[in-house]
Amino acid sequence: MNTPIRRLSVVMAALFTALLVAATSVQFFQARTLAGMAANKRTLLDSYARERGSIFVAGQPIAKSVPVNDQYSWLRTYPGGRLYSQITGFYAYAVGNPYGLERAADGLLSGSSDTLFVRRVTDLITGRKTSGASLDLTIDPRAQQAADQALGASRGAVVALDPRTGAILAMVSHPQYDPNALSSHNLGEAAAAWQALSTDPTQPYFNRAIGGNLYPPGSTFKVVTAAAALENGLVKDGSSVLPGPATLDLPLTTATLPTENRQPCGPGDKTTLVHALEISCNTAFGSLGLQLGGEKLRAQAAKFGFGDTLDVPMRVSPSSVPADLNPPQAAQAAIGQFEVRTTPLQMAMVAAGVANQGRVMKPYLIEQVRSANLDVITSAPQPQELSQAVSPRTADILRKMMVSVVDNGSGVRARIPGVAVAGKTGTAQHQPGRPPHAWFISFAPADNPTVAVAVVVENGGVTGSEVGGGRIAAPIARAVMEAVIRR
Amino acid sequence: MITTVERVAPSTRRGVELLLLLVAIAIVLLAWVSVDLTRTGAVPAQIVPVGGGLLFLAVVVHVVLRWRAAYADPLLLPLTTCLNGLGLVMIHRLDLARNKLGADGDAYRQLIWTALAVALAVAVLVVLRDHRILRRFTYVSMAAGFALLLLPLVPLLGQTVNGSQIWIRVGPLSFQPGELAKIALAIFFAGYLVQTRDVLSLAGRRILFFTFPRGRDLGPILVAWLLAVLILVFEKDLGSALLFFGLFVAMLYVATERVSWIAIGLVLFGLAVAFALSTFSHFQTRVDLWLDPFSPTSLRRSDQLANGLWGMAAGGLTGTGLGQGRPWLTSFAESDFIFASLGEELGLFGTVAILVLYLLFVERGVRTAIGVRDGFGKLLAIGLTFSVAFQVFIVIGGVTRVIPLTGLTTPFMSLGGSALLANWIIMTLLLRISDQARRPMAETPAAAPQSAAPGAAEATQVVRLP
Repeated sequence: MNTPIRRLSVVMAALFTALLVAATSVQFFQARTLAGMAANKRTLLDSYARERGSIFVAGQPIAKSVPVNDQYSWLRTYPGGRLYSQITGFYAYAVGNPYGLERAADGLLSGSSDTLFVRRVTDLITGRKTSGASLDLTIDPRAQQAADQALGASRGAVVALDPRTGAILAMVSHPQYDPNALSSHNLGEAAAAWQALSTDPTQPYFNRAIGGNLYPPGSTFKVVTAAAALENGLVKDGSSVLPGPATLDLPLTTATLPTENRQPCGPGDKTTLVHALEISCNTAFGSLGLQLGGEKLRAQAAKFGFGDTLDVPMRVSPSSVPADLNPPQAAQAAIGQFEVRTTPLQMAMVAAGVANQGRVMKPYLIEQVRSANLDVITSAPQPQELSQAVSPRTADILRKMMVSVVDNGSGVRARIPGVAVAGKTGTAQHQPGRPPHAWFISFAPADNPTVAVAVVVENGGVTGSEVGGGRIAAPIARAVMEAVIRR
Repeated sequence: MITTVERVAPSTRRGVELLLLLVAIAIVLLAWVSVDLTRTGAVPAQIVPVGGGLLFLAVVVHVVLRWRAAYADPLLLPLTTCLNGLGLVMIHRLDLARNKLGADGDAYRQLIWTALAVALAVAVLVVLRDHRILRRFTYVSMAAGFALLLLPLVPLLGQTVNGSQIWIRVGPLSFQPGELAKIALAIFFAGYLVQTRDVLSLAGRRILFFTFPRGRDLGPILVAWLLAVLILVFEKDLGSALLFFGLFVAMLYVATERVSWIAIGLVLFGLAVAFALSTFSHFQTRVDLWLDPFSPTSLRRSDQLANGLWGMAAGGLTGTGLGQGRPWLTSFAESDFIFASLGEELGLFGTVAILVLYLLFVERGVRTAIGVRDGFGKLLAIGLTFSVAFQVFIVIGGVTRVIPLTGLTTPFMSLGGSALLANWIIMTLLLRISDQARRPMAETPAAAPQSAAPGAAEATQVVRLP
């Protein structure tokens, strides 16, 4: 009987081998995948038991963890409140998945990021509890305040960039919410707050500055069209003559493209590029679109960052100009209609690119990363160039024309006494029967720009009227630019 | 060969056992202190009485072994002590997390059961001087085994827990009779097979590569199969059915050396499982949970398996440290999922160590089966060993997602008195058989005349004619 006993012992050894392999697989090879599952309560509780890093704006915390005496050990609070809600997002047990920067920079804030590896090892050896890293943001609190106040009760978003570096100076999205209500350890109340927030039809949890439902850029896109026309040699400079009829016949279709006021843009149905931009002449830019064709328009937009997936570190929804446009569609796209979709951040990058001699800088929000005892781990990032969108010469022509828009054209409300301001209005139709979105992109001071701004006010803002970006959005942009310049 | 063995007086190795026993108890006490220091910040107050008590229990068994089974295997007792102790520590650790302290605690009850189990083990060692006596109780064991297995089906007595009807309740006591049935059936199978193995192994028809048994010899396996099906259908306990049928087929194979029995067994069991799967949603659910424990539908049904896996993953390589994980998040963390609980706090290093403890236990069992001279002893030893190994595989395999989860206890570790008693008896029987296996022939006066008993000695097998 010894032979079958030996054989049976081999079978038993095989069974145990299976168990050893399975245990190794679960606890070693799959450990990370399993720990990363959204429904895994342990990981969630773990992250709550650790001190999470703070988020600072100009030395003041807008998010920090305070020790509490309950099973979660740390309560996440948001001293920045509603003003910074779309930047910080929230980190709430009642919700599960974090939002905003809390999600995008989770590795750093929780201390699990690979860049903190050395620190984790020393923590392990010294037996110190691992805590997350803190973040210093690029936000200028005065610009943020100004944007928030100027936007007021309107829905929409404001983004301000430093055109020289890409640092994000302000990022406001209305409506806002109170992240403190969500991170509360009173789980019932927190769940109710999340329920209310997640079912709110105005979708306050979307950061409209970088995502949510993308906006049509309207006439602000004419800056991109003008850039494409200049770069492709269709026009020489601002004084180049363009057709400017009251309506533009579109080929292949019976449809026509009218100007806003159904009047020609200039005597004899002619206009100049600079005048076309000043009065936002649809037919002039429509005809540029027809001459350029969809692909060249699309290529120029891509140079400004359309189509790129950016992480600031929050994920920015890529803006888009549709491919394979036929001529009438290209004419529509040239004035920022026909399924051209963008984020305020992207339009701020267009303004910043023009301001920075054609160089578009990569936008970023995190100035530096500091350890729990406030040593700097990674300091201010070297400004990174995203692309050279247009030549310095083209940028210069565009800059002058945009100054003219503010000085003589539709952007008068963005004027700042004693400072040259460059800008472009936009009034984007998005749904028949609804008031259009009001847009304004700008930068200042025009000769040495330190701030570039994009503003969008949904449905014409609280007035709900058909008035354009020049009336509603331009003053908001001016308030933000002033806050940055006059410091 | 035999004469040489007789000349050299073999070592009893009881000294090794004592040393290992001290190491096992040291490991357990260290684990306990570690848990309490982490959870309460203090060394447990009862460390002296309880620690001393454990030491006393272990030493009592050791002394009885010196007296009654001097040549017994020196590893079985330390291994059992270590596994039982680690189980106690984890149960106590979960008590602390649930604020069940002192006499309210599960650990307190389990400690009493441990003492009872040790007392029973000592009694078995003292009363049962020779395992061959058990052969006289072959058919009594059969009756007892069947009765125990079917007891939960008796109205009023039986209880349904988590969909399986494998518990009985008498007054305040609940009991899982299937655990004891395991031993009774192993004795019955060993006794029965040692008698009939010649017929079962030699007669038959050869088809292709296998010699298939005659129709009339299929009786026993069909009875065992029917029993397994009864358990499956009426008690809805896939784990026990698998264990008993597996035990029978394994012992049948060892007795007859014929692979065809395994083939027949697998086919029969496959049919039964296919039937159960198509008929009872209970089993289908378990398979679904096994295939994808993390899908939202599965998590809504039962997050137990997923939680156990998350716990083990949270432990990673080194574990969170005793007292520092969250094993209580998993339901049944102290019984079916105690392996996952230990895995969470001791890490992969801990789970591998525990599996190696079981593996060593099984290895000592196999060694005993090979070493013992009588056929009944061989079959009983391998049967008991296989039942422990297979049970470990079924329950831990379920927890680690090798096979679908079925409710069985983790030998020696799970909370539960009946299982603890049964497994200590299994260990004691292996000790008893190993004593026979390692004892020099001349020193057992009863051995020589009894070896002439029919079918008892391995040596007689060779001379028989087909």
